[in-house]
Amino acid sequence: MIEIDQVSKSYGERRVVDRLSLSVGAGELCVLLGSSGCGKSTTLRMINRLIPTDRGSIRVGGDDVTSIPAELLRRRIGYAIQSIGLFPHWTVEDNIATVPRLLKWPTARVRDRVSELLEMFRLDPATYRGKHPHQLSGGEQQRVGVARALAADPELLLMDEPFAAVDPITRDALQAELAHIHRTTGKTIVFVTHDIEEALRLATRIAIMDSGRIVQLGTPLNILEHPANDFVREFVGHQGLGLKLLSVRKIADRLRFGETAEGEPLGLNASLGEALSAMTTRHTDRLAVSDAKGRRIGVITLGDLVR
Amino acid sequence: MRAGRFLANPVLWVGLLFAALLLRMDVLQPLLRLGFPGVEPVIYDRDSFLALFLSQLGLVAVASLAASLVGIALAVFVTRPAGRDFRAMVDALATVGQTFPPAAVLAIAVPMVGFGARPTVIALFLYGLLPIIENAVAGLEGVPHGVREAAEGMGLSSWQRLYQVDLPLAAPVILAGIRVSVTIAIGTATIGSTVGALTLGTPIFDGLVANKLPFVLEGAVLVALFAILTDLLFARLDRWLHRTAG
Repeated sequence: MIEIDQVSKSYGERRVVDRLSLSVGAGELCVLLGSSGCGKSTTLRMINRLIPTDRGSIRVGGDDVTSIPAELLRRRIGYAIQSIGLFPHWTVEDNIATVPRLLKWPTARVRDRVSELLEMFRLDPATYRGKHPHQLSGGEQQRVGVARALAADPELLLMDEPFAAVDPITRDALQAELAHIHRTTGKTIVFVTHDIEEALRLATRIAIMDSGRIVQLGTPLNILEHPANDFVREFVGHQGLGLKLLSVRKIADRLRFGETAEGEPLGLNASLGEALSAMTTRHTDRLAVSDAKGRRIGVITLGDLVR
Repeated sequence: MRAGRFLANPVLWVGLLFAALLLRMDVLQPLLRLGFPGVEPVIYDRDSFLALFLSQLGLVAVASLAASLVGIALAVFVTRPAGRDFRAMVDALATVGQTFPPAAVLAIAVPMVGFGARPTVIALFLYGLLPIIENAVAGLEGVPHGVREAAEGMGLSSWQRLYQVDLPLAAPVILAGIRVSVTIAIGTATIGSTVGALTLGTPIFDGLVANKLPFVLEGAVLVALFAILTDLLFARLDRWLHRTAG
């Protein structure tokens, strides 16, 4: 879906992106992870040409981004940012309808799409479509911001630290919603963050960046288990590494099929971390596990978590 | 309830008082004779107050409209990437325009364009430009960065960003600049009477020259009411703008 090939960008003497190459497949949620100034936002903003590249090429869906007029390119790519940038003088409906209207969708289709998106983010269309941004909470504003980015059903979604400014509880809910949307729609998403927990939770692949280059590219588990160098080891953190591993490993691999246990079963795609949490709160060392249809298929024990 | 709010509206009362004085100043004749014994005529009678007002309204409207269009256009230009380098120059020119006393602008303009309405309009235009440019630049620069980035990132063209985002969001601040500019213009326009423009300042200057204090009083009260009424109307426009902007 995206091919970034040997792209560089300098501001004066300072090279913020340095011969960076990255390819992101369709349906991936690729997280660009790094501390501020590592070039992750610049890389993201070069994809929709908010920043021009100095050298190298970027292709989206097979087309070189410079071969398409910038405005038309951007209408094909969803864009959500930390400051949200909702238009304060427009209603929620008008905000979400921005790109569909630019693309001249018929009125009825725009209306239906707005309702569909509001429902997807569990905002009642009748209540919310006529509100103005200042009448919404921070979490609701960011939901509308992401809904706006998804409005014209873009093939690709770019997100620049979208949840960095909301409180931890809201952030948790927003991350869960994004993960759900990614699973159900299969959109390709490039997501910039400096928050390792967020990256581990959402990413199918993480690109860890430093000084304008990718220092390691891999799945969350891969990066935790085999950090490429000291920088990555430092960045993902020695502290709580075990807990982070528990949070990215799934219980499916450790399951004892055919055995049974008491109590509410855990879903098959829960992480080991969630299993540990459930064991702790329920004062047990055995949990039942069910498949997607709710059938009990096995158990997981405390010992299995650390095997 | 609705009628109550309508009656409590100051625009209504100031407007009625202004209209009444404009059309029937003569009903005050006995009162003025009492206050200024021996002055005849006690009511200015060379032109009707209505004609003077309409002439001044025309001068102010033409000058303020031109100043608004030019001022906003310049502000838009210097806040776009292409015009950023001209920012300091435009600021300086507008400030210089403001430092010239309007009387001096009239004195310079008369030899070039002659007596009457034209030098007055030029003076009002130059004088009214600064508050409009200053406010329009502040309003356009006050559009939150995130809003502009989102607009660009979603694929609005530069014209669409200007018309759909920047100008509507800057509108209340731009309007405040126009309000100041127009109010100043109404006061300043009276000086145009010294170079032959017909305004409510004409009875003031005639009264000063002929030592007829009632004329000065009549002109001054009408100009003041004109300015107050205009300001009240702008206040209503501002409230309406804020309501529609949510």
